[in-house]
Amino acid sequence: MEIVMCFVIGFLFMAAVYLMLSKSLLRIIIGTGLLSHGAHLLILTMGGLDGSSPPVVSPGVTDYADPLPQALILTAIVISFGVTAFFLVLAYRSYQELGTDNMNLMRGTEDDD
Amino acid sequence: MKTNDVILQTTTKLIFFIIILFSIHIFFAGHYAPGGGFVGGLLTASGIVLLLLAYDIKTVSTALPINYTVMTAIGLLVALATAAGSIIFNVPFFTHAFDYFDLPLLGKQSLHTAMLFDTGVYLVVVGVTMTIIQSIGADD
Amino acid sequence: MSFVYFIFIPMIVALVIPFLYKKVSGIHTGWFVLVVPVVLFGLYTTLLPMVQKGEAHSSSFDWIPSLDISFISYIDGLSLLFSLLITGIGSLVVLYSIFYLDKTREQLHNFYVYLLLFMTAMLGVVQSDHLISLYFFWELTSISSFLLIGYWYKRDRSRFGALKSMMITVFGGLMMLGGFVLLSIMGDTYSIRELIALAPELANHKWFVWSLVLVLLGAFTKSAQFPFYIWLPDAMEAPTPVSAYLHSATMVKAGLYLVARFTPLYASSEYWIWLVTGIGLLTLFWGSFFALKQTDLKGILAFSTVSQLGLIMSLLGAGAISFHTGVEDNSIFKYAAFAAIFHLVNHATFKGCLFMIAGIIDHETGTRDIRKLGGLMSLMPITFTIALIGSFSMAGLPPFNGFLSKEMFLTGMRSISEFDLFAFDTWGILFPIIAWIASVFTFVYSFYFVFRTFTGKHKPELLPKQAHEAPIGMLISPAILGSLVVAIFFIPNIIGDALVKPAVMAIQPFLYTSTSDIKIHVSAWHGLTPELWMTVGIIVLGYLLYLTLSKWQPLYSKFPEGFSLNRLYDCLMFLSEVGTNRLSRLYMSGYMRSYLVYMFTGIILLTISTVFIQNAFDMSFAMISPIRFYELIIALVLVAGTVTILLAKSRLTSIIALGAVGYTVALFFVIFNAPDLALTQLVIETVSVALFLLAFYHLPKLNRHENRMKFRLGNALVAFGVGVTVTIVALSAHSQKLVPSISSYYEETVYTEAGGGNIVNVILVDYRGFDTLFEIAVLAIASLGIIGMIKLRLTTKKEVNRNEN
Repeated sequence: MEIVMCFVIGFLFMAAVYLMLSKSLLRIIIGTGLLSHGAHLLILTMGGLDGSSPPVVSPGVTDYADPLPQALILTAIVISFGVTAFFLVLAYRSYQELGTDNMNLMRGTEDDD
Repeated sequence: MKTNDVILQTTTKLIFFIIILFSIHIFFAGHYAPGGGFVGGLLTASGIVLLLLAYDIKTVSTALPINYTVMTAIGLLVALATAAGSIIFNVPFFTHAFDYFDLPLLGKQSLHTAMLFDTGVYLVVVGVTMTIIQSIGADD
Repeated sequence: MSFVYFIFIPMIVALVIPFLYKKVSGIHTGWFVLVVPVVLFGLYTTLLPMVQKGEAHSSSFDWIPSLDISFISYIDGLSLLFSLLITGIGSLVVLYSIFYLDKTREQLHNFYVYLLLFMTAMLGVVQSDHLISLYFFWELTSISSFLLIGYWYKRDRSRFGALKSMMITVFGGLMMLGGFVLLSIMGDTYSIRELIALAPELANHKWFVWSLVLVLLGAFTKSAQFPFYIWLPDAMEAPTPVSAYLHSATMVKAGLYLVARFTPLYASSEYWIWLVTGIGLLTLFWGSFFALKQTDLKGILAFSTVSQLGLIMSLLGAGAISFHTGVEDNSIFKYAAFAAIFHLVNHATFKGCLFMIAGIIDHETGTRDIRKLGGLMSLMPITFTIALIGSFSMAGLPPFNGFLSKEMFLTGMRSISEFDLFAFDTWGILFPIIAWIASVFTFVYSFYFVFRTFTGKHKPELLPKQAHEAPIGMLISPAILGSLVVAIFFIPNIIGDALVKPAVMAIQPFLYTSTSDIKIHVSAWHGLTPELWMTVGIIVLGYLLYLTLSKWQPLYSKFPEGFSLNRLYDCLMFLSEVGTNRLSRLYMSGYMRSYLVYMFTGIILLTISTVFIQNAFDMSFAMISPIRFYELIIALVLVAGTVTILLAKSRLTSIIALGAVGYTVALFFVIFNAPDLALTQLVIETVSVALFLLAFYHLPKLNRHENRMKFRLGNALVAFGVGVTVTIVALSAHSQKLVPSISSYYEETVYTEAGGGNIVNVILVDYRGFDTLFEIAVLAIASLGIIGMIKLRLTTKKEVNRNEN
């Protein structure tokens, strides 16, 4: 299953990068969302998918799933939610102010700084 | 923007409390079973979001007059204070302690300083989620 | 007492200066500042008896102990002389500035903060025994000098001059740092004293000459030697107290200090002697010759400073020759270092005095253009008297201190032609000739400076202001310096014993073991020596040249402007600016997509090449969990959801598809025994979709904008590359377990140590609580950012409309 997962993750990353390179703001945000899904699954797969029971101590169980990647992912999920929300607001506020969602038009000018 | 949705509002009244109760259960169970501050906080927040969807922002904010930014700040302070509190007992920053107590009604239970820290996390997560949702919802 | 802390006193006082300026507006801020150099001067004089015995004071404190970097204050004769100059002249300059700078119109707090910063830097330079801290203070002088030159930052010339001085001196500083690094590698120590003790071994090292040249580049740029002197005339845009302090008496002498300090280390090398003496002499001539081209009073003084610095530099080089002749040899070389230090002191007095005079003239007449000035003698008699004293000393006339050191200089240069090492016997004859010619020009510009200003016809119609005598407060400082000029002529040996000889000990330790060994007696009358006849020649020829000045001065304009060093600097600056602009425009396109493409391409190339160079790719089918049917289904759903997003034509479709992808990820978490993750992911996904729907109203329509196939193909290529890279990394990471997972530790201790059952949660709140603490902090910041973006709008709707019009 790990091998299959590796390819699924690769596909997720590919789609995410493709979306992030596009010119539309919304697609970029969706791309970052996909990218974080891919990263979470990547971390999980790297740690191995072979644990036979959840990492919760219970009598008689020795073969737990690796808890460390899970802890990392849990942190990452919540953070990515915060980041996505931030992006979302950033995107629609700049759309409101600038009147476009085309990244190519959001270049700034020489005397902007 | 909101239509008067009777079915949604009626079920929400019931489900909201179930969600909140469940989230509190999840939060307290966190140390021994799946759950914890993050999930608990998110569940609570999603319960309030449900209220927001069923009613409008004004109604919800009169029913639950909570300033969520202050809530975030309190959460951060609680977490930091728990971590820093260990310094008073002359042990390194972030050392947790636990012990078992016999409590009335509940019987023998373990009490953790880690639980206090998790409370901080819970408050921050609820505070942040609701701040974001409310700000976006209130934006015209 | 630990003198190392005194270095930082000015800097610490600088912290409270802005408050004093704001709160105590009735009193000129300078009065508070004045206390600092005066007190420090007093403190340093207490060390005089100690260094006269040939001893030194050493104190230190650690700065970066792990890198072996510390502040070491080592005060021997040389350091003490400089420290006294810095604080002494500093006191007079601050006093002068109180009357020069108007307290209502000038930004006094800026000025004095920079000045105090400079004082700390300079004290640090002359007292540090540690190469790195020496470099640190060295660059601090460059920076504070930059700030002071650009003090009137609204003037173009000020900014230009500040940048130029910074460019050149920082360039030299970096070269010097290179030299220091080589030295510390060769000697395996940062201490200058220890390096000097190692000098005989270092001299044979292959990097010895490299370090020598690099250190000299630092000294030459700082001390405005040819061809780096070009920054000094432009630095004259600084307020005159600054010019008097930094650009004549102290900072430009840091280079001389460095040469003097390193003489015991490098004296054995012929490159050192040739470079220091030769460049010094060339600078002496060049500066004195071009001083006569100037029409700005401060310009004349700037070129004169350049030339005088060259004079001292060449004397230091001659002092190094004594390393080869030895103490028994009765040649003059062993006096050269004495003459250098003696002239350094004299120059600080008469040049500081003349700069202040130039400032007074500027202040009271409104111009420094010598063509507009004239006949001020009767209007400003006191100023004239002081100026006369300073100029005559500069010209080398008795009874002023300049005469004494000028005589010693001529003696030194004359005897170089008799030195028989390093081909000096063939070329050495040039030295006295050049020295003599340069002295003639020195005489001429000294007269030019004082008599063109004070005698001749008064031209009130050309002056912006009605000329009158300066207020008494402004005259105090130049008067003190002027009286020193005269006093030193009559008591040269007291100064010599107290200040100069201990300093010479530090420059020529190979000659003397105690200060009493230095048997030098300065006297004004040596009998009818060749030096005296040379002086007479200088006076006669110089006076003739001065009288005919108006006839030959126009010749200067015949020099082609296009080949000057200034033009070279301008061209270099212009080219580098245009070049780097062009270079950055090549890749800084302003499109976010370009930057993302750079990053992703970088990631692909770095990762793939590492994988192949390290031969890290591996695909093992061991330790693999079986593929179950429903897992495959979920994977297919995930892929289908992703494809839907890619192809979606409306916003709603893509948002819902994103939600679907999120839920399938949650299902994966369920399957792979991660209940916490599954719970969190489910709730987060729900809240996220709600979030997207809430913001839906504000979001733009899904518009792809991309119409060209090439654009999409390029994106697809990069995306495909990233996908492949990640797959390779994932496969390799999974297939090779080089170290056992640390999770087993958590599994074993979670109940006994942390008293918990849910390992994931215990990791979050206990084992790795720090991560979580910072994570919730990040979340809080993100929410504050969102509030900021939505609630705090800088522009109202109306303003936006106006901007659009």
